[in-house]
Amino acid sequence: MLTTEKNSYLRQQRKHLQLFTGLLLAGLILWLSLLASIAWGAADISFKDIYQAFTAFDGSSSHLIIRTVRLPRSLIAMLVGAALAIAGAIMQGLTRNPLASPSILGVNAGAALAVVVGTFILGSNSLSVYAWFAFAGAAISAITVYLLGSIGRGGLTPFNLTIAGAAITAFISSITSAILILSQRTLEEIRFWLAGSVAGRDMNLLWQVLPYICIGLILALALSKQITILSLGEDTARSLGQSTALIKILAAISIILLAGASVAIAGPIGFVGLIVPHIVRFLVGVDYRWILPYCAIFGAIIVLNADLLGRLVVRPTELPVGLVMPLIGAPFFIYLIRWKLHNS
Amino acid sequence: MTKQWLIIRPKVLPISFHCDRRVPRVLSILTLITIVAMVISVGYGEYYISPLDVIKTLLGLQTTNTDYYFVINILRLPRTLVAFLVGVGLAIAGTITQGITRNPLAAPDIIGVNAGAALAAVTLIILLPNTPVSLLPFAAFTGALTVALLIYFLAWREGSSPVRLILVGIGFSLIANALTNLMITFGEINTVSQALVWLTGSVYGRSWSQVLALIPWIVIFGAIALILARELNTLNLGDEVARGLGSPVEWQRGLLLLTSVALAGSSVATAGTVGFVSLMAPHLGRQLVGASHEGLLPVAAMMGGMLVVGADLLGRVMFAPLELPCGIITAAIGAPYFVYLLIKNRQP
Repeated sequence: MLTTEKNSYLRQQRKHLQLFTGLLLAGLILWLSLLASIAWGAADISFKDIYQAFTAFDGSSSHLIIRTVRLPRSLIAMLVGAALAIAGAIMQGLTRNPLASPSILGVNAGAALAVVVGTFILGSNSLSVYAWFAFAGAAISAITVYLLGSIGRGGLTPFNLTIAGAAITAFISSITSAILILSQRTLEEIRFWLAGSVAGRDMNLLWQVLPYICIGLILALALSKQITILSLGEDTARSLGQSTALIKILAAISIILLAGASVAIAGPIGFVGLIVPHIVRFLVGVDYRWILPYCAIFGAIIVLNADLLGRLVVRPTELPVGLVMPLIGAPFFIYLIRWKLHNS
Repeated sequence: MTKQWLIIRPKVLPISFHCDRRVPRVLSILTLITIVAMVISVGYGEYYISPLDVIKTLLGLQTTNTDYYFVINILRLPRTLVAFLVGVGLAIAGTITQGITRNPLAAPDIIGVNAGAALAAVTLIILLPNTPVSLLPFAAFTGALTVALLIYFLAWREGSSPVRLILVGIGFSLIANALTNLMITFGEINTVSQALVWLTGSVYGRSWSQVLALIPWIVIFGAIALILARELNTLNLGDEVARGLGSPVEWQRGLLLLTSVALAGSSVATAGTVGFVSLMAPHLGRQLVGASHEGLLPVAAMMGGMLVVGADLLGRVMFAPLELPCGIITAAIGAPYFVYLLIKNRQP
């Protein structure tokens, strides 16, 4: 009896060690991806130049490219990837629905509508104006979905939340497409933004949304244990003495901050929030204390590399990251499903 | 106490059919509303025709104005009929997918029908703008069928499972949507506008040839769906239970999926990706007559037909003379109603 307990304890330890090593390895890949993303693009820059751009900045064009174009862009790609993946993981944990992602909360649809309306009425086309419109739109629609979901039968059940989300998303998107159909000018101006891209973003934009993403990330990581329990089912969580309502509200705040800030800075990007949590769960299991950090790093790696690839394949122009990602990521995802999900 | 079920089991015929007691009443009310909406829809337009004259013309009776015959039978009736048929097709397809996957978010989109059709149609509109419009339905249907088959085969691994089906479906929809968006983002702006109208779903300018092309699909596969309704009830209990009850689960799920793809594919091919009907009609139907599929399928179908006919009518009335595609209206009207149901349904 005692030996089996000890064995299972040892196995647990070994598993944690494995997961921790995996996390370090993923961190290393992320670091290499960041270097590559800074070095390669329309013009290639040597690693020596990159090093000097940070230690001995001399104002040459390659140093300028690194510090004002490549670095902000790469950092934003990383942040957005991490934020969306974590928001998606929490959504799927809370709703216990594999189809759930931040976009089900209407975040992307709300942001898109706000930006389209802004362009349609004000005719503005600056990225930082877009960002505030998008953030506001995302927050308003997510809060609406939550409020509507909680007035259904039985309160804020996963079912009510998803239904309210699907309804609001459809409603908002229909208004967006109505505007785009009626005004070709708006369509022309906004379509690149609507595809989701990190091109042309600068440090200022990053500093504006960074606090929101940081608060969201910290909140999410702090809640990871509670979310694991909640993902086992609401009744289980309650019988284990958890205050489910409070956890749900905090999780919602975290999701809105993460997804809202992401869509504000990079436009509606759908893939990461939906797929990365699935991939991570295949690898690390059901414990959100591991899922969330893995999601953050994987999400960052995927967005960073997709952006890099989008810059490299059609040089000197580029493809928006929101479109590159599903094209590479989805086949891999399908392969994973076939490989991992055989007899469930 | 009234009985909940209405059972039809004639002594002479080897059939048995049972459905919720509310079905006949609900179904006839829905049919009545649909017919009224269709009559108004046919009469409404720049050239107004009173409902009475519409009915007279449709029944072949003499009216005061000889133009009526042309305007109604050639111009307006086919459009309204297409709207109705598309609604019916999408609603049944949605009911089936929700039944198979046991997921309230599942619509034919999940099995890639919309994404495949959209990709094929948008490619045709944007990359080959000179191809005749009449080829569009074929392209859309081929796209839908291809993607649906790919999903089903890739999800197959010693049997299909709802979860795997959903996940592989998501994967394929993402790829197809990304390619579609690629064209929307970089295509020539006028063709993109045109593609956008198709993507939201519209029955503008549809003619008798489209009605006649769509009818066999809806009738045949609608009938198959109705015949399989009982199996859908069993599948809904879960794979293990269904297998325990003696259902050939894989076989039935495959057949049901094919039915759903055929219905949704042909509808989408005719009118573009009219959103939300396939998601909403089954939910509305369930609110009215419960979850037993024998009754639910016809009610959901009529509901779908009513929604699209009504949406098309509203899209023409709201900003006249500008016209909004009916796909926009289905979502704009449907979503608030959905929310209302959510509120109404809560316990006091």
